[in-house]
Amino acid sequence: MSFSSKEISHEFSKNKIGLVGIAILGTLFVLSAIAVVTIPIESFKEWNDPAGWLTFPKSALPAWVNYFLSEKMPEHIILQNPQVLSQNVGEIFLTTHIFAVDYNYDKFPSDFIYEYTAKYSGSPLLQIWVVRPDGKELKLISTSLPQSKIETSYHGFIFSTDNSMIKNLRKNHDNLMFPIESLLAQDIVFSKTDVNKVLNGYYSFKVSLYNVKSKPSLELSKFILGGKVYGLMGTDELRRNLTVGLLWGTPLALFIGITVAIGSVVIGLIYGVFAGYKGKKTDESLMRFNDVIYAMPALPLLIILAVTIGNSIFLIVGFLVLFGWVGIAKVSRSMALQIKTLQYVEASKMMGQKDSKIIFKHILPQLLPYAFASIAISVPAAITTEAGLSFLGLGDPTFPTWGQILHDANTYGAAARGLWWWILPPGIMIAVTGLAFVFIGHAMDVIVNPRLKR
Amino acid sequence: MSFKIFILKRAVTMFGVLMATLLLTIALVGSNMDAILKQSVALEIRQQVTDNKHLVASFKNPQDLDAFVENQIKQRIDALGLDKPWYYPPRLGLSMYKILTLDFGHAKFLTSDTGSSDVKDIVLEKMPRTILLFTTATLIISLIGIFLGALSGSKINSKLDKITSTFAVISSSFPVWWIGMLMIFVFAFVYQIFPARATPLIPVTEPGYLGALLYHMTLPLITLVLIGFGSWAYLVRNFIVGIMQEDFVVAKRAAGISEKKIIYTHALKNAAPPIVTVLALSLSGSLGGAIITEAVFDWPGMGRLYYEAITVLDLPVIIGETYVLTAFFLVSIFLADILYGYFDPRVRKG
Repeated sequence: MSFSSKEISHEFSKNKIGLVGIAILGTLFVLSAIAVVTIPIESFKEWNDPAGWLTFPKSALPAWVNYFLSEKMPEHIILQNPQVLSQNVGEIFLTTHIFAVDYNYDKFPSDFIYEYTAKYSGSPLLQIWVVRPDGKELKLISTSLPQSKIETSYHGFIFSTDNSMIKNLRKNHDNLMFPIESLLAQDIVFSKTDVNKVLNGYYSFKVSLYNVKSKPSLELSKFILGGKVYGLMGTDELRRNLTVGLLWGTPLALFIGITVAIGSVVIGLIYGVFAGYKGKKTDESLMRFNDVIYAMPALPLLIILAVTIGNSIFLIVGFLVLFGWVGIAKVSRSMALQIKTLQYVEASKMMGQKDSKIIFKHILPQLLPYAFASIAISVPAAITTEAGLSFLGLGDPTFPTWGQILHDANTYGAAARGLWWWILPPGIMIAVTGLAFVFIGHAMDVIVNPRLKR
Repeated sequence: MSFKIFILKRAVTMFGVLMATLLLTIALVGSNMDAILKQSVALEIRQQVTDNKHLVASFKNPQDLDAFVENQIKQRIDALGLDKPWYYPPRLGLSMYKILTLDFGHAKFLTSDTGSSDVKDIVLEKMPRTILLFTTATLIISLIGIFLGALSGSKINSKLDKITSTFAVISSSFPVWWIGMLMIFVFAFVYQIFPARATPLIPVTEPGYLGALLYHMTLPLITLVLIGFGSWAYLVRNFIVGIMQEDFVVAKRAAGISEKKIIYTHALKNAAPPIVTVLALSLSGSLGGAIITEAVFDWPGMGRLYYEAITVLDLPVIIGETYVLTAFFLVSIFLADILYGYFDPRVRKG
């Protein structure tokens, strides 16, 4: 029953499935490292803060779909360096920012947003006009900024969903040869005049800030054309970048899976070996308790625990360990029953060694290969159970796990609305992570139980 | 030890588990529940007093009225036994007894389709639907699994065997609910064959309800079968492979009995006990998973009820459901135990 580490690594290197598992696991660790290095910790704490994601597109497909589609989907365009003009006539000062863009896509943008910080005193007027490739000039919005007697800086957004903008645009129905009553702002601005299709070419958005007496300025000025594709993995309904969520899910899933597995195996091993070694009444009562936990329905109780005690990620790890150790305790007890009859154990008992020393020095080391195999085998269950809890909305809200991404997807009906990029990647990641450990566990099982070798 | 004592011992353990689960549930939600009950008592009394104009008029100043109301509330709380904490033994005993006799009280928010707020009515209304979906799925899974398992077990290392094993490993690594989302995407969005939500739109009282329910059941059923039969086939295959190496099979083979006959009559017969046991266990396992599966498909059974109860924190429903789910779970484990003990004497002797 004993193995040297050299033997194990030699046996393992002959096992193809095990090597595949190791390769996948290695990749996952690399992904985790990339996540930790490239994405600052603060940014995933803001995962559930909608304000942080305003400048991202809504429900955008992954950018690479453009390679497979005949119609080119618009990418997310952020215009940051406008042409700045300022003039004054008497007491009236005017600052103009002009954003030019060559729009060459087959679909309308998903929306557009103007983000600005204006520095002024008084009550300036903000106007946005667009000059289209066909020379037509449309007024988008005309709004005044909040009154202020002293010099102030005001940060604001103008969305294409703004009611007055839509009203302004719908006034153009005479110039367009199709009904525009139900169209959104971007579908009118970027449309050809004869049919409601995209008019390609140079658009320039002109933002003008008028003020009386003092010269206003735009400190921050960004014009965002919301894309229909974004990044490697797209974005969700709440404009969150799914690449960030998926990347951060990797270290979290590994942490949850591995911690729960190690915790359960260590507790189960010590509990089982202790029961088996002690025998008699101790064994009987410990195993009855084990039976009780074993027969409890885990999921309902996990749910109640998460609802009543709390759902921080560490608590959930604890709850999962609470139900995870029982099976391992059963097996290690029966193994301990065998080992304790071996002569060297009896001999050391005869020599008067303490029970704890016999358990930790003579019995537990024999069970180590089995322990490693069970750690690998228990990881997938821990990951899927946590994902299930998160899917029910009981996960830790401060950490974006894969289960939570799927929970949000389900809440927004992603499946029935066809938002496949929101559903497929998290599930595949859960399964691939599970499979890696199943493969490794299987390979180790073959080494630990030579009978399976056939 | 005789078989009767074995059964008795298991039954006692199971009852102990049921009690332990209940106690744990009450311990976890008890103090919350008391706070909610006290609040609703206070609200009710205040409402009663302010509705009674004569009573209000008989008080000279608002302090007296407040004192009267406080006193009334205290009396009611004492009468209901809420002045003692949930772990006060007589109270605890009473609440355990009530739950044992299926008296779960009234739900705070949820109601049954017919409008009753009695938790028992709500649970009993949802139970047949959950049983319908999951027993049907388990039956289909086991039929396909046994057939496929026997087939691949008879041809070890054949293409079919390898495909079955691979499929088993891969299918069991995907969460059922995720496959459910994919199925909704494929069959409700891409090809609009089945509805995305499994709750029929017509009311329960309409004559066509059962038909609509069955139609809405198709998608969850297909999902459960798809994700379940692989591991079943793999299990049966392993049983068969083990049995095919036993001496009695070798003897039959030597006697010239055809391989097919050996597998389908002798080997399967010998593999029956563990198969039946696993059947009972997998039924109980799928019931536990029903909470998430039903939430995905919006299937109007006990699982979705549990999900709804959690989202609005309807504690009486949560307690009632936990009890019923645990009872189901334990009954099937108990059945599995008995069947195993019945088929395999080594268990009851050990």
